[in-house]
Amino acid sequence: MTVLTVTRRILLVLGLPAVLFTIWWVATADSTDFYVPPLRTILTAFGDTWTGDRLASDVLPSLLRLTAGYLLAVVIGVGLGLLVGMSRVVRDVLEPVLELFRAIPPPVLVPVIMLFAGIGDTMKVIVIVSGCVWPILLNTVEGVRAVDEVLDDTCRSYGITGSSRLWHLVLRSASPQIVTGMRQALSIGIILMVISEMFAADNGLGFTIVQFQRSFAIPEMWSGVLLLGLLGFVLSLLFRFAENRVLAWYHGLRRAQRNP
Amino acid sequence: MLDVRNLQKTYTGRHRNVEALRSLSFHIGAGELVCLVGPSGCGKTTLLKCMAGLLAPTGGEVRLDGHPVTGPPPGMAVVFQEYGRSLFAWMNVRDNVTLPLRRKKLGKARERELVDHALEVVGLADAHQAYPWQLSGGMQQRVAIARAVAFEPKVLLMDEPFAAVDAQTRADLEDLIRRLWHELGVTVLFVTHDIDEAVYLGQRTIILSKSPTVVQEDLTIDLPDERDQLHTRSSTRFAELRAHVYEQIQRAKHHSGATSPALPAQDRGPALQKSES
Repeated sequence: MTVLTVTRRILLVLGLPAVLFTIWWVATADSTDFYVPPLRTILTAFGDTWTGDRLASDVLPSLLRLTAGYLLAVVIGVGLGLLVGMSRVVRDVLEPVLELFRAIPPPVLVPVIMLFAGIGDTMKVIVIVSGCVWPILLNTVEGVRAVDEVLDDTCRSYGITGSSRLWHLVLRSASPQIVTGMRQALSIGIILMVISEMFAADNGLGFTIVQFQRSFAIPEMWSGVLLLGLLGFVLSLLFRFAENRVLAWYHGLRRAQRNP
Repeated sequence: MLDVRNLQKTYTGRHRNVEALRSLSFHIGAGELVCLVGPSGCGKTTLLKCMAGLLAPTGGEVRLDGHPVTGPPPGMAVVFQEYGRSLFAWMNVRDNVTLPLRRKKLGKARERELVDHALEVVGLADAHQAYPWQLSGGMQQRVAIARAVAFEPKVLLMDEPFAAVDAQTRADLEDLIRRLWHELGVTVLFVTHDIDEAVYLGQRTIILSKSPTVVQEDLTIDLPDERDQLHTRSSTRFAELRAHVYEQIQRAKHHSGATSPALPAQDRGPALQKSES
């Protein structure tokens, strides 16, 4: 890649955000509306609000809960997905129930989960898991069911069975779908992280934003929303970075199939 | 070595049953290279899957060294037609060849030796780190062959392995199979729908009828053991054998286990041997 193409890419990626920020800046520059403060005020508030202390006391707990819930959802989703995908009987028994649970919007479950899990970290992690697990589970089932027949025969004829088959054939071959599910789950996880903190909490990003809103600290509230956006952006960048490493073979294969 | 006795396979569907194999019997001796040829859709793949222990027959049995085949036997390797679907796209060439060996617990040194040698003999000594999808079709099939070679099977089953590669690559690969067979002393069953290939490669050619399938003819290929693409294919004997197999395939298109229970014995040229097994 030459310097020129890199510059071009950076311009393409950052172009639209820059334009949108400029519009925001100009449109609100002399705003006197209490609820829509000038972007300059918001950015100043951002620097004042999100200091090291705040990051440690509110952002870090949020991220820890998100990580715990997300990882738990991945383990449950992939584990259950393997089971459902590989067994016809399990699939027939579980599928209607899974479809039913999937149709319930997770935020609705927050008050219900609060009843038996209290208002601590456990509740928030459960809420995150309850939303994140579905896309991972369903995509894993699809991926496992789509394992190539010829490759499966190849494994059988070479005696690659049991855990070796599970790891080298089933999981790896389903990994593109699993990753797709994980990507969808990540954005759901961020939303649920915030929502669970808005219901009942004494720290966290969602909690802080609601506090600002209730105390009419509008620029601070906006700065929290901005931080959430940035957080989501950074997480998706990290995810894409990890994906490109894990699924390098898949992207290569797809490119090879497109231009034979 | 490999015995197929009255092998039958009927696929049971919801509305109708399809009888793929009527009754097949033949024998392959240790160290033989036998081709199996038949008209399109005659159940070649079904037969091969039954022999590989990947598919349970409806009747009859396959015996390897006297033991009935009920699942994939340890001393057998299969090379499939769809090379693109039989290699692990997420592993490089070396790992693809190594994976089946892991279970054998041969020790790292021996494992490395086998893999190096296998990749060497198929002409992929410099492609260890490549991924299958970075290679051409012919090279991918070489990887699949190397994997089978490294596995050190007693029997090698090949299901139309060269059907999807171009003609020149195909000729190279045919010679590769002859060479490997000589060097390794392995028993090879080579399924093909290509008549030239069926004559050129083997010591015997088993011609199948159309479905429901029976053995139409078991033909000895009396070409000299030294074969090469140019001279063998232009020899008179090759042309005769080729014409004979062609005729048989044409007849096979109308003949099946359903049309007549046994083929009337016929002499077709003085040197052609026929055996009912």
